[in-house]
Amino acid sequence: MAAATTSQPTADFRPEGAEIQDEERARAMAGEPPFSRGRPDRNPVVDSLRDAVIAAVVALALFAPLVGLQTTPLANGLGVLPRWGDVAVIVAVVFVGRLLLNIFVWKSSTPVTESIARFFNEDEVRPRDWAAIAIIAAILVAIFFGGGSLTFIPAGITSVGALVALLALIVFAVAIARKFVGPHMPDLPYGRILGALFILFALALPAITQIWFPQQSRYFLDQAIVILTYVMLGWGLNVVVGYAGLLDLGYVAFYAVGAYSFALLAYYFGLSFWICLPLAGVLAATWGLILGFPVLRLRGDYLALVTIAFGEIIRIVLINWSDFTGGPNGISNIPRPSFFGIAFERGEGGFADVFGLAFSPLHRIIWLYYIILVLALITGAVAAQLRRLPVGRAWEALREDEIACRSLGINTITTKLSAFAIGAMFAGFAGSFFATRQGFISPESFNATESFLILAVVVLGGLGSQLGVVIAVIFLNTVFELRELAEYRMLIVGMAMVLIMVWRPRGLISTRQPSAFLKERKAVSADNVGQGHG
Amino acid sequence: MSAWETDPLLQIEQLTMRFGGLVAVNALSFAVGRGEITALIGPNGAGKTTVFNCITGFYKPTEGRMPLALEAGAFDGLAAVTASGRASIDDRLFLLERMPDYEIAKYARVARTFQNVRLFSGMTALENLLVAQHNRLMSASAFSIAGLLGLPRYRTGLREAMDKAKYWLEHVGLTARADDAAGDLPYGAQRRLEIARAMCTDPALLCLDEPAAGLNPRESAELNELLRYIRQEHRISILLIEHDMGVVMEISDHIIVLDYGQKISDGTAGFVRNDPRVIAAYLGVEDEDVEAVEQEVGV
Repeated sequence: MAAATTSQPTADFRPEGAEIQDEERARAMAGEPPFSRGRPDRNPVVDSLRDAVIAAVVALALFAPLVGLQTTPLANGLGVLPRWGDVAVIVAVVFVGRLLLNIFVWKSSTPVTESIARFFNEDEVRPRDWAAIAIIAAILVAIFFGGGSLTFIPAGITSVGALVALLALIVFAVAIARKFVGPHMPDLPYGRILGALFILFALALPAITQIWFPQQSRYFLDQAIVILTYVMLGWGLNVVVGYAGLLDLGYVAFYAVGAYSFALLAYYFGLSFWICLPLAGVLAATWGLILGFPVLRLRGDYLALVTIAFGEIIRIVLINWSDFTGGPNGISNIPRPSFFGIAFERGEGGFADVFGLAFSPLHRIIWLYYIILVLALITGAVAAQLRRLPVGRAWEALREDEIACRSLGINTITTKLSAFAIGAMFAGFAGSFFATRQGFISPESFNATESFLILAVVVLGGLGSQLGVVIAVIFLNTVFELRELAEYRMLIVGMAMVLIMVWRPRGLISTRQPSAFLKERKAVSADNVGQGHG
Repeated sequence: MSAWETDPLLQIEQLTMRFGGLVAVNALSFAVGRGEITALIGPNGAGKTTVFNCITGFYKPTEGRMPLALEAGAFDGLAAVTASGRASIDDRLFLLERMPDYEIAKYARVARTFQNVRLFSGMTALENLLVAQHNRLMSASAFSIAGLLGLPRYRTGLREAMDKAKYWLEHVGLTARADDAAGDLPYGAQRRLEIARAMCTDPALLCLDEPAAGLNPRESAELNELLRYIRQEHRISILLIEHDMGVVMEISDHIIVLDYGQKISDGTAGFVRNDPRVIAAYLGVEDEDVEAVEQEVGV
C-alpha cells in the first residue's frame, strides 16, 4: 500500500523543459537503434572470419615492406632479399589470433577474458571459469614444452612463445594463490616473502648453475651480472623519473662518468677498484649537481631534450678529448677487482692458490657476480628507504604538485637536485663496476640508445616500482639474448611498450604503496598518482 | 582600537602589481591584525588572488613593501631591515617582497591554500600532512642521514610529526580516511584537508583562497567553526578571500574590499556592509547617480 501511495502522485507531474526532450529522445531510441541494426543474416562465425581477414590484410600491408624486404649488400651494389616466409608466419598469427579473439572474446556471449578476470577480481569463480583457465593453462604448457618441436616456425619465435607462456602461467598461479590462499592468511607480508625468495635465489645462483648447468655456468652468471647491472641502473633512474617525476633521457651520461672516472683514476694514478668505487659515485653525483643546476629550471619536454643533449655532450667529449680519455679507442687494461687484496690470477699468490683450489676463470666471474649483487641490493634498499624518509616524500610531492610544495616551504631546487644527484651516484657505482668487469671501455658503450633502454625498463616495469624494474629487465634481457631474434628485438620491445601503454599506462606494477599509514597500508591506484611535469 | 591598527602582523604598503600594461593591483595598503580573521573581498577580477600571490611570494610585486612581524613590537626595526637590503635581520621581522616563495612559507611562516585545491592526489591524506612538515622532519632526519640509519633522533621527530598529523586529521574530521588517497576524497573533504595541510606547517599567518567555494551550507558552517577554532586555540591570524558573504560577515573581524585593484573600503563587517562604495561596486548605483560616481572615479 505504501508503495502505491508513493508512486501514484509522480505520474501526475509533467516533466518540464529539458526533461521532456530527454523523455522523447529516450522513446525515440527505444528498441533497436537504427545505427546498430545491421544486416539480419549476420552470423557470428562469418562475421569473425571477415574481421580476421581484414586484420590479416592490414598486417600484410604493414609487414610486407617492414619484414618481407631486406636490403643486403651484393657484389654490385645493394640488393633486396625477400623473406616472404616470415611475412606469411606473421600474417597467419594475426589471422588466427584475431579469429580466436573474435570467437572467444568479442563475439561470444561468455567471453573467456571475463572468466580469467574473475581470478583477478573479487567476483566468485564458477566451474566454467575453472574449465576456461584449465584449457588455457594446458595450451600454455603445450607451447612451453612443445613449441620448440614445431620446426617450421623460426626458433626465436618459439623461444619467445615459451617465455610468454611461462610468464602467463606464473601470473595465473599467483592469481589463484592470492584469491584462494590470501583470504585465509591476510597478514602474511607477501612482498617481503617474495623479496626474500628472490634474494635467496640470487645468493644461491652460482651454486645452482654449478650443480645443474655446469657447462653453461659462465653464460648464466654473465647474464645475471648484466641483469643486475641494469636492475641497479633502473632502480637508480627510478629515483629521478619514478619518484621525483623528472624525465631524464641522458642518464647514461652518469654511467659513463662512473666508468671513466674509475678507468682514468686507475690509468693515471694506479688506484684500485675498491678505492675508486666510492670516488666514482661521488664524481657522478657531482656531475649530476653540475648538470642539474642549470637544467632543472626547465620542465617537461624541455627538460627531456636538454638531458638528451647533456648525455650526448659527455659522450662526444669522451670521443674527442683523445689525449686524456683515449678517444674512440677507449681505455683498456682496467684493473680487475681483488678479493680483499688477493688477485684472481694463475699461480703463486692468486686466489686459487691461497685457498687451495684448482685455478678457474669462473672464480672471478662469481666474485663479480656477488659484487654487483651487493651493489644492486644496496641501491634497492637505499632507494626504498629514502622513499620513506622526508626527502623521498618531498620527491613524490614534487611529482604530484610543485607549486603546492613551494607553498609548504619546500625548496624545490635542492629537492630536485638531491634526486638528480642520488640517481647519478647509483649510475656512477654501476659505471665503475661496468668498467672493472669489461676491463675495457670506450664511448661506444654510452650512447643515447642505452639511456632509452634504461628508461624503457622503468616505464615498462612501472614508475616508482622496484619489483617492476626487475621484471622488465629480465624480460628485455631475455629478448635481447635470443640470437634468432636479433633482427626483431627492437620490434618486440616496441610491441611490449605499446601493449603496456594501452593496458597499463603507468607500467606493469602501477599502484603506489604509501610511505606511511595510520591504520592500514592501502595501495594508491594508478589513476591518482601523477607522472610529474619534469 | 582594533588589532589591525594597534598590533598588526602584516602590513601591506603601496603594493602595486603590473602585468605588462595591466595594473592588477594599484598602490594598495592595508594591515592584517595579529590573531584576527581578515577578509579580502571584491567582485571577480578585483585583484584579490594577485594580492595573495604577492604575499606568498608566487608573484614578485612591481612596487611596494610587505613587512611581517612575528612578534609584537618587531616593527620597530623596520627602517633598519629596509636599509640593510636583506629580507630579515633578526628573524622576527621579514620583508616578504624580498623572499622567494618557499622561504616565506619556511621562515616568515605564511601558509596558504589554493582557489582550485592543490593536494598531492596520489599520496594519502596522512602523507599530505607529513609533507607539510618537511622542513622539521628534514632537520630531524639530519638531511636523511639519521633517517637512513634509523637513529632515535629521527624516530622521535617522525612520532611528533605523526601526532601533529593525527591531531589535524581529527580536527578536520578525516581520521577515518587518513589512509585513502587524497584524490579519492570528496570535494569538501579535500578543501578541509588542504587547510589541515597548511596548519601542519605551523603558520603565523594562514591565507585561504576561497575556502568555501563549492561547499554546501552545512559544510560552510563547519568551515566557520574550524576557522574560529584555529584562531582561538592556536592564536593564528587568518587572511581569507571569499565570495560567500555568509562566511565573511559572520567570522571576519576586519574586511578589506577591493575593486579594479584598488581598496574601496576597509573596516569591520558592520562598517563595510553599509559603505555606499561597496554597495555600488557589488550592486551598481541608481541611474541618477551614475554621473556623480563616474566623476568621482574619473571616467
